[in-house]
Amino acid sequence: MTAATGTAAATAAYLRSRHRFRAAEAAPWLLLALVYFVLQGYLALGSQIVVMILFALSLDLILGYAGIVSLGHAAFFGVGAYAAALLAKHGWAEPISGLVVAAAAAAAIGAASGWVLLRTRGLTLLMLTMAVAILLQELSNARSDITGGFDGIAFQMSPLLGEHNFGIYFKTQYVYAAVVLLLAFLLVRRIVHAPFGRQLEGIRENVKRMHAIGSPVHRRLVTVYTISAALAGVAGGLFAQTQQFVTLAVLSFDLSGKILIMLILGGTGRLYGAFVGVTVYMILEDQLAKQYPQYWQLGIGAVLVLVVLFARRGLFGLAEDAVKRLRGRR
Amino acid sequence: MSAPVLETRQLCKSFGALQVAREINFALHKGARHALIGPNGAGKTTFINLIAGALKPTSGQILLDGVDLAHLSQAQRVKRGIARTFQINTLFPGLPVIENILMAVAEHIGVAADKFRPAGANPEVIARGQQLLETLRLEDDALRLVRELPYGRQRLVEIAIALALEPKVLLLDEPAAGVPSTESHIILDMIDNLPADIAVMIIEHDMDVVFRFAREITVLVNGAVLAAGTPDEIAHNDEVRAVYLGGAHHG
Amino acid sequence: MDQAFNAFVSIVFDGLAYAMLLFIISVGLSVTMGLMGFVNLAHGAFAMLGGYVTVTLARDAGVPFLLALAIAFFLVGAVSVVFERALYAPLYRTGELDQVLMTIGLVFMSVALVTLVWGPDPFNLTPPDYLRGQVDAGFRRFPAYRVFIIGAGAAMIVALYLGFERTRIGAQIRAAVDNRRMAQSLGINVDRLFTVTFAVGSGLAALGGGLGIEIFGVKPTYALDYLVFFLIVVAVGGLGSVRGAFVAALILGVVDNAGKYFFPEGGAFFVYVVTIVVLLWRPLGLFGRA
Repeated sequence: MTAATGTAAATAAYLRSRHRFRAAEAAPWLLLALVYFVLQGYLALGSQIVVMILFALSLDLILGYAGIVSLGHAAFFGVGAYAAALLAKHGWAEPISGLVVAAAAAAAIGAASGWVLLRTRGLTLLMLTMAVAILLQELSNARSDITGGFDGIAFQMSPLLGEHNFGIYFKTQYVYAAVVLLLAFLLVRRIVHAPFGRQLEGIRENVKRMHAIGSPVHRRLVTVYTISAALAGVAGGLFAQTQQFVTLAVLSFDLSGKILIMLILGGTGRLYGAFVGVTVYMILEDQLAKQYPQYWQLGIGAVLVLVVLFARRGLFGLAEDAVKRLRGRR
Repeated sequence: MSAPVLETRQLCKSFGALQVAREINFALHKGARHALIGPNGAGKTTFINLIAGALKPTSGQILLDGVDLAHLSQAQRVKRGIARTFQINTLFPGLPVIENILMAVAEHIGVAADKFRPAGANPEVIARGQQLLETLRLEDDALRLVRELPYGRQRLVEIAIALALEPKVLLLDEPAAGVPSTESHIILDMIDNLPADIAVMIIEHDMDVVFRFAREITVLVNGAVLAAGTPDEIAHNDEVRAVYLGGAHHG
Repeated sequence: MDQAFNAFVSIVFDGLAYAMLLFIISVGLSVTMGLMGFVNLAHGAFAMLGGYVTVTLARDAGVPFLLALAIAFFLVGAVSVVFERALYAPLYRTGELDQVLMTIGLVFMSVALVTLVWGPDPFNLTPPDYLRGQVDAGFRRFPAYRVFIIGAGAAMIVALYLGFERTRIGAQIRAAVDNRRMAQSLGINVDRLFTVTFAVGSGLAALGGGLGIEIFGVKPTYALDYLVFFLIVVAVGGLGSVRGAFVAALILGVVDNAGKYFFPEGGAFFVYVVTIVVLLWRPLGLFGRA
């Protein structure tokens, strides 16, 4: 009897441990705060990094957790960006409500396209995600009178909360983006540790089994796709608002590919991989890409190939392995 | 005799010119212990796939408590009370046993769509999972990854998941398949102890298991029912002996 | 009335030429995907390489055009085998995401390498004299080079048909596409078959890349620019179906040309709409099988 209670207690303890906050999880936020105080000259890049982390998180939800491979996630980023930009340009420049609109617009596109696309799998699904993004880009280009085309549109944001200006030192923008990231992160973390998150992982690992336990797979996938689209839309909206400028590049295949690479580099399915991958990629890109664009592209391609062959769980995975080995030695 | 829980009427399935199910008439009553036997390729797994909704029939009906299941998806049929296991383990090998089972429990009691409460903190889900572990004597393996378990015990997880769904109808596709003879008693014990009111249909090749477990037997050959009846009737049926049991009785 | 007829003929003719090129380039991708399920997004890089090799040989080394095309076919086909054995083979069991990532990485590398070797500017190639000018069909004159492309495409279709229907290796490929496990149990060495198919498919892509310089151009971003079209041909046609690849290429070619003709500004996007509609109706492609 004692043995049974023992294992039951151990099981319950294990299950509880999966969602508990660990001390180490404070690290990225401490770092973000540190950057604000110590690296004040880099807050423009910092804001971009924060925005991209949010974008990568949204991709991790569908890719890392649900196993949906998308080469067109920029579609939602772009929709959010343009929604926020056009709203501001045409008279409503309050930032937070702009983000809400961006999220809603992206979610709508996400729900509609997801409902249709997620009936397919494999190459067809992959190609359709690309097609949707290209379609949106072509449409935006066709109406460049509204969207500004590749030249883009510039606009002014109203001060945040009525008093903080989006200034040239990006201080307000950085804090704004970081707070939004924190809130979004807590939301995503909740979702992945909830039963819904488990279901997504089940769908990713063995969809046949999920059908056989009564899981409405298509509905679950469309739901997560919509949530992911909304978050990508928030990232896009943040991007447009903090830059006060937007071009067709926000809908490009280039961006879809980049965010995928950043996430893979960091590691999928663990949330923190997004933080690591984006930061490393963007800092390296900032330092190297302008000077040696061809070598940068060559290097990124090579890194991707090497990661797939040798470090499949990305930098975060490598770090975890290293920590495990250190703990094992002690 | 009460109405059958599960019934098929003139169920047919063909892939082009290949007929894998020919006008199968079949009935399963509450509490049934029914074995489906037949040579390899007779269409037994296809039959389960048709009932479970993994395959669409060419013609014929499948009725659960008198309701036609024709337009229902696999998942919908599960919700109505049909659970099946697979001939080859279809589990989450990288997850612990408990998580495999809780996935089904959560779905069954309806909390699977919850996005806010942590999965590991739902007392009812955990309690039910714990109970299933005890029923199948898997408590000690609760936290072990499925892929680390011996194949026989993995098979038990497969069955645990089906039981988690509290089905009316349980379709077991060769539960002892691939299980080394040293472990097969585990499966046999478990089958003996299934809840009495579930209607159970089991596909099996091992005649000892069949005759120990079944109160009714259906023999399927080339997609058609060759014979159906009590174990005694089947054992003495000349046609069946000629086609299928013959070898066993000579040995 | 006359003008409408002329427009119709133009659209069909140009669409057919475009379709032939798409077909020649994409048919290899469709068959290898149907055979091994391997998502090779770098397929376009082989077409691009074929284009660069052809231009370099024909323009800079004075090699006769047709010979340059043939060399491109064999050279790129051979090179592709190295990639297949070294980089692709380890990923056959690991799943789609890994394959997508690896091949995207290769595409990026190809863009960079090509820029470093040949520079960032697009290349052009004037066809040999005997393929220039116009062909008189009585009611209309057609550009000779495009007639040549259509002819080459038709010859390719016949060759592929004969290859698949009349040779043993063709029968083996068809069997393996249909049911790989069954084919293996019949003693067919599917892995080796795949390598051969992959080589031929990549060679054909290179051939298409060289043939199509006039229509698709040749520049470092080629593999990325046209990736979605090759994928559309394969997905809409159905994995593993040569017939499907041709029909899909035809639809794509004609729709794209018609779209651009009637709506010069937004015409490109009809192709995507048609793709989405077709795939909703037939998720496995027009001639695809489960």
